[in-house]
Amino acid sequence: MNARLYRLPALSLRAIAVWRRNWLVWRKLAVASMLGNLADPLIMLFGLGYGLGAALGNVGGTSYFAFLASGMVASSTMYAATFESLFSAFSRMHIQKTWEAIVNAPMLLEDVLAGEWIWAATKSFSAGGCMLVVIGLLGYTSSLLALAVIPVLLLIGLAFAAMGLAMNALATGYDFFSYYMTLVLTPMLMLSGVFFPFENLPQAVQMISMALPLYHGVALVRPLLAGEIPHAALLHLAVLVAYALAAFYVAVVLTRRRLQK
Amino acid sequence: MNAPARNALVVSGLRKSYAGREVVCGVDLQVAPGECFGLLGPNGAGKTTTMKLCLGLADPDAGQIELLGHAVPEEGREARAEVGVVPQFDSLDPDFTVAENLVVYGRYFGLNDRDIRARIPELLEFSGLTGRADARIQTLSGGMKRRLTLARALVNDPRMLFLDEPTTGLDPQARHLIWERLRHLLQEGKTLILTTHFMEEAERLCTRVAIMDNGRIITQGSPRALIAQHVEPHVVEVHGPGVDSWAERGKTLAARVERAGETVFCYAADPAPLLADLKGEPELIYLHRPANLEDLFLKLTGRDLRD
Repeated sequence: MNARLYRLPALSLRAIAVWRRNWLVWRKLAVASMLGNLADPLIMLFGLGYGLGAALGNVGGTSYFAFLASGMVASSTMYAATFESLFSAFSRMHIQKTWEAIVNAPMLLEDVLAGEWIWAATKSFSAGGCMLVVIGLLGYTSSLLALAVIPVLLLIGLAFAAMGLAMNALATGYDFFSYYMTLVLTPMLMLSGVFFPFENLPQAVQMISMALPLYHGVALVRPLLAGEIPHAALLHLAVLVAYALAAFYVAVVLTRRRLQK
Repeated sequence: MNAPARNALVVSGLRKSYAGREVVCGVDLQVAPGECFGLLGPNGAGKTTTMKLCLGLADPDAGQIELLGHAVPEEGREARAEVGVVPQFDSLDPDFTVAENLVVYGRYFGLNDRDIRARIPELLEFSGLTGRADARIQTLSGGMKRRLTLARALVNDPRMLFLDEPTTGLDPQARHLIWERLRHLLQEGKTLILTTHFMEEAERLCTRVAIMDNGRIITQGSPRALIAQHVEPHVVEVHGPGVDSWAERGKTLAARVERAGETVFCYAADPAPLLADLKGEPELIYLHRPANLEDLFLKLTGRDLRD
């Protein structure tokens, strides 16, 4: 096999130029993009939080709205990172040939991917961050520990952006992504304690949950928003870092295979 | 020039397979500085893949590449820093204006915004886009987009340019303007490598061409010398009612006769007997012209359609 295909990514600061490219595009469409990022999770949060919350009372020792809000800070970050690294990155790679233009300059494919990776994480962070602000304004978090959620959101964004970029490298078209969304992300949303305490799941299923990155994200975000130090915080962080790095490496190899054939 | 005349590009024994099919099968090339080198061939001949390999954008299965003194693909990044590329398909950023496209692209070379912006008026003037700095890409014509792509390839003031079918899809006016700009770059001493299947383009621009088919280089040399070597100097194209029966007689008057659809191509060192005979055939329409690169190309690669 070709050893160059599997060599470790040679990361460089050139990746920032790719990030800045995407930032310049985003600035032109910022308002629409922010609304899109916020509207969907907020509708879910208010609908389920108030509606279902009234019927459920307290969940996991807190109001259902507060419980759901912390889960949705993590899940909206996941979705924003995913959309950016799937649909938007695919447009740039496949439709607009932006990546091909970039690698004609003294840029490596890993510079492009790293730029896209950090960009998708940035954008997802802004989505999760918006949720955070709304929740804060509503008075559902007051602790300074809530600020520690910020790096956690970046990490969740990096993990899901890297996974999305790996999927992107395999995609044959936009339809391909609906499999990933439906078969991977939707079950993950259900198994990670976003809508209900993960302890309600059967023991065997809980084992699966613990292997999922979103579970570890929620396990960090929820206590922090409630003003508590998360239990086994280092383990949760380590899992997210491992997902981010491993998926990024896979994304680089798969994209090399696709574009450097 | 004090520096020794080192080749801009040296390729030897280059091979590349995709999915078990060898698309580049042992290519050797040398391009001297200041030369305009044309890589010609039908669709699927391996031209674009050869270019991609030379730029370090794909890993060869075998062979050596040295581009501007850098071993490729290992030092692809260093080599590309001194090269400009005009890709076959439009890859301008549709979300940006003309100037933004240049600034954003310049950053990929590690240039800072101020230096790029200082270069923009010159680049726009060169590409005939002065006054269009703030135009959106969607408002540009096909020719303007190509010229902007050329300007983008010059943002780093490269020593060498790779152009993959630079005028495909352009109207004659737009094509002539691109040719004129490319000649200007040659006068500045830049080295050009272009792929094309427009023989006219290669004949007008290239000091040397290589004809490629099925992943191999069949022949290379200056267009004039290659035509003289392989093709009779005069061509008479004949068509019209009764061309079938005339073709038999044509074979006795020409050194070589080829048939493509309803047209008969007669190749001859001396066209006089052919022309005299055709004067007596008022039904037939004919065209007498000198042999060109297209005749050479068709002789070497055949008249079959390629997809």
